Amino acid sequence: MKTVAEINEKISSGKAVVLTAEEVIDYVDRKGLEKAAREVDVVTTATFGPMCSSGCFLNFGHSKPKIRITEAWLDDVSAYSGIAAVDLYLGATQLRHNDPANLDYPGDFRFGGGHVMEKLVAGEEVQLFALSYGTDDYPRRELRTRFTIDDLNQAIMVNPRNCYQNYNVAINASDKPIYTYLGYLKPHMKNCGYSSAGQLSPLLNDPHYRTIGVGTKVWLAGAQGHVYAEGTQHSPTCERGVLGVPSEGAGTLALTGDMKKMNREFVRGVSLKGYGVSLSLGVGIPIPILDEAMLKQTTIRDRDIKAQVIDYSADYPERTGKIVGTVNYEELKSGTIELNGQKVEAGSLSSYAGARKIAAILQEEVRSGKFLLSEPIAPLPIEQSMKPMKEIG
Amino acid sequence: MSDRITKKIMLFFPECETESPIVYHLVKDYDLMINIFRAKVTPEEEGYLVLDITGSQENIGKAEKWLQSLGIAVNETDKGVKWNQSRCVQCGSCVPHCPTGALSIPDRLTMEIRFASDECIECLSCIKVCPYEAVASMF
Repeated sequence: MKTVAEINEKISSGKAVVLTAEEVIDYVDRKGLEKAAREVDVVTTATFGPMCSSGCFLNFGHSKPKIRITEAWLDDVSAYSGIAAVDLYLGATQLRHNDPANLDYPGDFRFGGGHVMEKLVAGEEVQLFALSYGTDDYPRRELRTRFTIDDLNQAIMVNPRNCYQNYNVAINASDKPIYTYLGYLKPHMKNCGYSSAGQLSPLLNDPHYRTIGVGTKVWLAGAQGHVYAEGTQHSPTCERGVLGVPSEGAGTLALTGDMKKMNREFVRGVSLKGYGVSLSLGVGIPIPILDEAMLKQTTIRDRDIKAQVIDYSADYPERTGKIVGTVNYEELKSGTIELNGQKVEAGSLSSYAGARKIAAILQEEVRSGKFLLSEPIAPLPIEQSMKPMKEIG
Repeated sequence: MSDRITKKIMLFFPECETESPIVYHLVKDYDLMINIFRAKVTPEEEGYLVLDITGSQENIGKAEKWLQSLGIAVNETDKGVKWNQSRCVQCGSCVPHCPTGALSIPDRLTMEIRFASDECIECLSCIKVCPYEAVASMF
């Protein structure tokens, strides 16, 4: 048994043994659980993929004369201004003004909130256009200026839902192509789209949220952020398999971090043809190895993580609850899965190579004492499920 | 036949040269086998042609000299489809859509993407599915 405080002491003295969630699998196989649990202090997990429920709060400081912004656009992407005078919230899936969307189907969706966030993190200049009705104390009614992230007082990423514990696999059983957030799907189940880092993914390595909770420090695109709440649609009550790992979406995390400290490589605007815009985000979470049971959780491997295959041409949009089959991540990562006796090519939206890179960066940051672990201040709910929408009338 | 080689090249035609029957001369005068992947040749505009040429090393050399003498740029390194490694996040969503395996994941442990330009037939499928504009067409 180790405590987080003891692990942090080892990290500070440069003596902590830190492995990635990939390395730990072989390590435990070789050394045995008991011996490995005494040696290993931290296991780093990571994921890098589209996370639509992301956005940022920005504060611009006051113009002269002052404006109480009521409508605003950043590089022509609308930002929410229903908060204080010069605060805005920019959402990742907000499409640029005048984009034809799917009028010319399938639309290209070349630029949106996620792309503006990428530009900000990269230090590029962004245009602010703002309107107001004007008041006695905030008389200005219109404003057009350019700024970079350095000109802002705050640029805080606040993401209501990141790091889905697991995710379903999309196929198209109809006879025409469809465009989804899991990619372009050819008819007759010719290909499938999935999105998870599998054995590297944070919540698959701590499936019962023992060390990851509200207040847990996370690596958010290079900045040190933290979990501020359960993520939206957090629904831990679901089907679970080996080591309690869910085979459905299950848990989610709400994350926040300082965008000024982020790295552009891990904050990337996403354009999904026929679907829309989003943001791809890199997240790493270190797991303290408190005891053998915790270490055991981190040895989960791709072949033991299952995902449900859903038909996005009918069952997904109509919410029928039907699943076409179940596959595991070893099969998905091989590039071909088999469904009803048919070979289906598999493509990922989440970057496993990117997740590996993040797990290694975080491993180095923990090893060198740059990244200390934190204990949650409150646990995530372990029992609750997601309600469908109540529609009246 | 054994000394015949195949090479993928991209030709860039300045505005003035788009009238000449280039492919005819490549076949008739230099005994080359031509496989055109993609072409954009519009009168009074600049044009592009991406093709495989098969023939003897000597004839290919002569043909390239002849093309250059017409002011046509023969590009052996840059092809019509470009993969920008720094924009690529290595997700792999393009891989199932690439018909020739030009975009592939050679090592399923690291899951990194490789782009082999010579295997690309410029169908542009990847451009449609890449969420990051990591692949682009020159024309």
